[in-house]
Amino acid sequence: MKTFGAFLLFLSSLVKRGESPRILFNRTIDEAILIGIDSVFIVAVVSTFIGAVTCVQISYNLTNALIPRSTIGFMVREMTILELAPTITSIVLAGKVGSSIAGGLGTMRITEQVDALEVMGINSASYLVLPKIMAAFLVFPMLVITAMFLSIFGGYLAGSLSGALSGQEYITGLRSDFIAYNITFALIKSVVFAFLVAAISSYQGYFTEGGALEVGRASTKAVTNSVIAILIADFVCAQLLL
Amino acid sequence: MIEIHNIHKTFNGVKVLNGISGNFESGKMNMLLGASGTGKSVLLKCIVGLVKPDLGSITYDGRIFANNKLDIKQEIRRKIGMLFQGSALFDSMTVNENVEFPLRMLSDMSKSDRLDRVQFCLKRVGLEKAGNKMPSELSGGMKKRVGIARAIAPNCTYLFCDEPNSGLDPLTAITIDELIKEITQEYNITTIVVTHDMNSVLEYGDNVMFLYKGHKLWEGHSSTIMDTNVKELNDFIFSNRLMRDAKKVDQIEAEERLEDEQSREEKR
Repeated sequence: MKTFGAFLLFLSSLVKRGESPRILFNRTIDEAILIGIDSVFIVAVVSTFIGAVTCVQISYNLTNALIPRSTIGFMVREMTILELAPTITSIVLAGKVGSSIAGGLGTMRITEQVDALEVMGINSASYLVLPKIMAAFLVFPMLVITAMFLSIFGGYLAGSLSGALSGQEYITGLRSDFIAYNITFALIKSVVFAFLVAAISSYQGYFTEGGALEVGRASTKAVTNSVIAILIADFVCAQLLL
Repeated sequence: MIEIHNIHKTFNGVKVLNGISGNFESGKMNMLLGASGTGKSVLLKCIVGLVKPDLGSITYDGRIFANNKLDIKQEIRRKIGMLFQGSALFDSMTVNENVEFPLRMLSDMSKSDRLDRVQFCLKRVGLEKAGNKMPSELSGGMKKRVGIARAIAPNCTYLFCDEPNSGLDPLTAITIDELIKEITQEYNITTIVVTHDMNSVLEYGDNVMFLYKGHKLWEGHSSTIMDTNVKELNDFIFSNRLMRDAKKVDQIEAEERLEDEQSREEKR
């Protein structure tokens, strides 16, 4: 509870005596480039293969001749949109972006760069952390949408190349019983996960004390806590929004 | 002038500062002297507002700093320049950007004015050609000089230096000390230097405050520090072998002078 209280105080400090909108905007764009562009490759690889594997495994389990093969496309789409794209992408980003945020802030803390900002009269939490959270809000949904496309495309490739189903059957499955709200649900989850990853990782990094060893520990804790928070939030979102 | 009165600070039940009071004059090198772990850096952090003292008051030219309204604290902070022990340059920025940073954040100067000021400050510390380098490409002494340039860029009134010559070779350490002294006198800045280097204190220090286990044990001009009777300060000064040898030389010379005088008197 003490840690949670400290976390809430940390969040409240982000909006107290913040920097000018121009500085916040520029910093957010810089952070968005760092978080987004650098993560596109890993998100693309992970989501394409997850879509492919999902397709192959559903095909393996779908032995009933009465169920049309196009169901595979339908199931890949549903699993991708509802769960795999937002959750797995966010977990991957928690590992990549979360550790980077915590490591960067932790290093700034132990090398007194955070103190240097404070001495200048700059709210270091607002200057350093708020743009990261804003950037995550901006970038996570974009990456999740990219992951959705690539995962479904990976399923299409795997299904066609392995002969599990034809391309036409896959597309028929994709287009059947589409619920647009599922996209909204996935995007809401991606924003929630973005906040959790950026805020938890920043908190761990910002309050690092000690030396290089502690920076490493902060990165590890950032990833672990972010992943746990994502999974809990995933369950809560599913309960509340579906 | 900066005045501190009855500063107390405790960390996890350990009393680090115990009622420290004193004045730090403008245009002078005010040295905070003491062994490691005596509370020098904590006192400095209390003065600049990085650590909140449990008790006591801090005033900058008569204006209360600690426990004052945020606006007033911010206003005072904008007149503060600080050189950190590890320089604390922003890794992701070039030297030019580092020095420009406080101007960009805290002033309404135009871009061209800012760049002129950056060039002036870098020239002042002898690094006008290093503007496009990253901090990782600089030596320890160069980093300190960039740190000084960044500290003086917004025309600071108060300069704080946390062990400015630690980790530097003796020649570079002298250069840094000289630079801080020159800047202090040139701009009439109130400078506080945390150090445990007796060379710095004797060569460049004006006023000295000696801390021992969180207490202020001695305060005075650097020229009188060798004449002190405070045992802990003497132990600190003469823990250095060279200083001990110098003291022995002084004693031998004094004894020789005494013998000379006695023999002259006898002859008379």
